[in-house]
Amino acid sequence: MDARDAKSQDLLAAAPRVVNVGLEMFASTLAAQGTRVVHVQWSPPAGGDARLAGLLDRLRG
Amino acid sequence: MKSIDEANQDALARMLAGEPHLVDVVPAAQAIPALTDRMILHAGPPIGWERMCGPLRGAVQGIAVFEGWAADLGDAAAKAAAGAFAFAPNHHFGAVGPMTGMTTKSQPLLVVENKTHGNRAYCAINEGLGKVMRFGGNDAEVLDRLRWIARVLGPALGRALRAVGGVALKPLIARGLTMGDEMHQRNVACSSLLLRQLAPALARTAQNADELAACLDFIGRNDQFFLNVAMAMGKALTDPACDIAGSTVVTAMSRNGTDFGIRVAGTGERWFTAPVEMPVGLYFPGFSEKDANPDMGDSAIVETVGLGGFAMAAAPAVVGYVGAGRPSQAAAFTRDMGEIVVGHNPAWTIPAMDFAGVPTGIDIRLVVETGVAPTINTGIAHREPGVGQVGAGVVKAPLKCFEEALVAFAETMGTA
Repeated sequence: MDARDAKSQDLLAAAPRVVNVGLEMFASTLAAQGTRVVHVQWSPPAGGDARLAGLLDRLRG
Repeated sequence: MKSIDEANQDALARMLAGEPHLVDVVPAAQAIPALTDRMILHAGPPIGWERMCGPLRGAVQGIAVFEGWAADLGDAAAKAAAGAFAFAPNHHFGAVGPMTGMTTKSQPLLVVENKTHGNRAYCAINEGLGKVMRFGGNDAEVLDRLRWIARVLGPALGRALRAVGGVALKPLIARGLTMGDEMHQRNVACSSLLLRQLAPALARTAQNADELAACLDFIGRNDQFFLNVAMAMGKALTDPACDIAGSTVVTAMSRNGTDFGIRVAGTGERWFTAPVEMPVGLYFPGFSEKDANPDMGDSAIVETVGLGGFAMAAAPAVVGYVGAGRPSQAAAFTRDMGEIVVGHNPAWTIPAMDFAGVPTGIDIRLVVETGVAPTINTGIAHREPGVGQVGAGVVKAPLKCFEEALVAFAETMGTA
């Protein structure tokens, strides 16, 4: 077993530690079960509107 | 050519450099010579009688009777529908008004002068709580109070302000922020501080003891007295930034009960509008959401300069009053607003946030990119004319205004 396999085994054997990005419900559901979770508030730029996101790109700086 | 970021720093610098002083109270016709007979200024972006909401119509009817342009409320409504009155936004005349925002020629207006830039801005005097015209009230009690304000309180305040050479507002607000005010739904500290500064001059310049007592009593009983001063101040601070090519900073946010509108430095006087949203909040006993009118008023000018919902962390007590959660959550509102601004105001700091400055200079790019809408603390008017205030709450500025402004701004930059 090389070092990388050992690390994978640790990951599977240990309690999960989660970083959740985007939908907060996933984080709160895990937290309610006692899982360690850090939530990152994120959404696609301009709510995913490609036209507005393109405008924002052109209007930076 | 300046970059957008440089133009935005210019807009922010102009706002922060302002030195607003409350200098006088004068009749509206004197402050705004263009305000002629049968002309009614209102809150929010432009709107005609046919699209006005209930409380705005109620206020128009009331103010027409107050000015002697109609025999009674019914006559006023008929005349308004027939086009007898000219309507225009306060913002088009250097003025602002809370909720319905009625401004007509006979009303006394607070005068705030920006000593740095030399411009002036105006707002009517706060009428107090309960049944008042700003919430659509228009009965005899409301009109009698307006007459007393025009005949007694306005001239008394004007004499006192001239006697003391005006009151500097920037330090007064800095103090108010440390005493739990956010200057939109909580003005108890600044109202008291202003009264403390003006009381000696009011006494020295009073025409008689009874009138003096009535003025002191009226101001002393009104925790929101300072709101209208803060609004005129907000307008005086933002106007110098209202025409800066290449800037995406918001210079006005306002609502008329039907539409929400914003103006942006880089697009000048153009309004970008969307249907106004319903506040979420708490209702007075006997009222509920079904009684409420969608949001209204020019008062969001205080959020435009970093106060109100943007300074919620300074006023944890107001979080409960507007039904926005627990007082311990107050700082989260201010932190969220920090995501959509170009800077902070070092002159207005919040003790509970280690004296961080209030977030200032809303950038439409950041609003559109993050989807974080400006938070506005607000009163809630009854949807029917003549009833008045039924609650207080929080409302979000509609994102559509900012998206439309962004598209129009891009066109001015040749990048659409």
